[in-house]
Amino acid sequence: MSTGYLAAETVGNPMANIAIFGLFVVVTLVVVIRASNKNATAAEFFTGGRAFSGPQNGIAIAGDYLSAASFLGIAGAIAVYGYDGFLYSIGFLVAWLVALLLVAELLRNTGKFTMADVLSFRLKQKPVRLAAATSTLTVSLFYLLAQMAGAGGLVALLMDVRSRTGQSIVIAVVGVLMIVYVLVGGMKGTTWVQIIKAVLLIAGAAVMTAMVLARFGLNLSDILGSAQSAIAASTDPVVAGRDVLAPGAQYGGSLTSKINFLSLAIALVLGTAGLPHVLMRFYTVPTAKEARRSVVWAIALIGAFYLFTLVLGYGAAAIVGPDRILAAAGGQNAAAPLLAFELGGVILLGVIAAVAFATILAVVAGLTITAAASFAHDVYASVLKSHTVSEAEQVRVSRITAVVLGLLGIGLGILANGQNIAFLVALAFAVAAAANLPTIVYSLYWRRFNTRGALWSMYGGLAATIVLIVFSPAVSGSPTAMIPGADFAWFPLANPGIVSIPLAFVLGIVGTLTAPDDEDPVLAAEMEVRSLTGIGAEPAVEH
Amino acid sequence: MSEEVRPPSPSGEQFLAAAASPEFQDLKRRLRRFVFPMTVFFLIWYAVYVLLSTFAIDFMATPVLGNYNLGMLIGLGQFISTFVITGLYVRFANRELDPRAAKIRGELERAAGAER
Repeated sequence: MSTGYLAAETVGNPMANIAIFGLFVVVTLVVVIRASNKNATAAEFFTGGRAFSGPQNGIAIAGDYLSAASFLGIAGAIAVYGYDGFLYSIGFLVAWLVALLLVAELLRNTGKFTMADVLSFRLKQKPVRLAAATSTLTVSLFYLLAQMAGAGGLVALLMDVRSRTGQSIVIAVVGVLMIVYVLVGGMKGTTWVQIIKAVLLIAGAAVMTAMVLARFGLNLSDILGSAQSAIAASTDPVVAGRDVLAPGAQYGGSLTSKINFLSLAIALVLGTAGLPHVLMRFYTVPTAKEARRSVVWAIALIGAFYLFTLVLGYGAAAIVGPDRILAAAGGQNAAAPLLAFELGGVILLGVIAAVAFATILAVVAGLTITAAASFAHDVYASVLKSHTVSEAEQVRVSRITAVVLGLLGIGLGILANGQNIAFLVALAFAVAAAANLPTIVYSLYWRRFNTRGALWSMYGGLAATIVLIVFSPAVSGSPTAMIPGADFAWFPLANPGIVSIPLAFVLGIVGTLTAPDDEDPVLAAEMEVRSLTGIGAEPAVEH
Repeated sequence: MSEEVRPPSPSGEQFLAAAASPEFQDLKRRLRRFVFPMTVFFLIWYAVYVLLSTFAIDFMATPVLGNYNLGMLIGLGQFISTFVITGLYVRFANRELDPRAAKIRGELERAAGAER
């Protein structure tokens, strides 16, 4: 891949980009250290003491959710493919309604630290916790890989680091910083990093959007028209032939490609409410009402952000032009940085570059604390030690897990450098939607649901997703595959959701109905009452 | 932390009784009667949008005003419907769910406190 960079354009001044990013690291480290507490209790370490307000947590959720893939990736896809990039972002937004209406409040009322707390509440503890922890770790690892791999491509573009070794060093630096954030700050520190990053990212996108709109006299229609003219003027006949104002430029074409997109759309809309690092955020607020407010803030911020990317994507096509974007190091991911350079020169580019990098750092920190909490609380304390360990011990184990995961993330991130980031993120969503969401919904709303149903649905959804991916054209049998030389693909779609998600829902029903209805009715009543009223999880009502 | 000052947890019998109480059944029915139809509605609306975008490209490309076409307007409609549903749910939950949940919680806490 290094040959592609020879003729590629370097953007701005790498030293300025590094300096602004360094400033972000220093500021966040100060905040994290101030938020730190060496003798944090488990509630403090895993949930920040449940002391965040709804708006604060909502901003942090937006920080967790708006990864570099959605910022650079969606703006870039809109710049090059137009409408289809927009279509992608709509799935990410609508998905939040599932979280708001069905999951957020009941989950917060029922659980303590992890997703498994809720899923295993009234079922057999050990097997269900183990299954939930397995899928939590799988989703988090795929997501972590996507972010780490993305860091490599980003530094090529923004810091002019093009050698494989140089990029590997940057990935290692990201991993080490992430470990420091999690170890020192716990959930409280990590949440503050998310809040700072989300404010910078959304403000940066808002400023750029205002500048693009100002250039076109606040007329969005003109931006659309100029984007289409710029695309039509491309020297690449394939690009020039695209209608970027209508769907189909990226996902249209053959029937297989259309069904593949439908499959992706299903995973996007159902995956969000099953992402463990998003679910864990609901435990950082004191009441269900604050959990609701946090989702409302998250929906408002994420929705506004995707509207900004619509303007930025078409603006990049109109102002920078498709040929320069595609020729830059990083390809379409370079659209937003190149636009920043056109609009505001070295300084604005430096800010946007630093924000994109900070985004990766913050998201990986959130993922790591989620995975570490799940391992310590679900696997170590519940499954291995049968609830005989203290909460202080759980915190100690999760700190060690965070270090191990960080090192693993660095190693795998270096190996995955250059892989398709959007594909890895889509994979994480597909696993979350298939392995987690059916069991979450059933255990909250279906009284008859039992242990066998949960295990079949979680393991079945997880296995089906992974198997279909391994035998898909994304892994082998196509020029863009992970292993381009081999061909063992028999499943035609790169996105498995259209098969694996309905399968997991059906397995939950079949597993439940084929097992006797012998789960504890008292626990079922307790879970139902807790989930709807918040008793035991909220400060007492004033008498 | 706040864990220690929390009221005693209700017993199993108290949870069973609370779950069977008409007040709780009413709360549960109200919640489900709102969230289930709303979920079905937005999922169908999203599915229609995605299907139109993949299989009715010419329809979506129909010009409406300036450079805006039907696809752009329906896409922005997804944003608007998401914001509106969010607003409706918050209003519903604040008015219909929160006071009822707090009442049941208060009674259950009193009962749990009285027993110990």
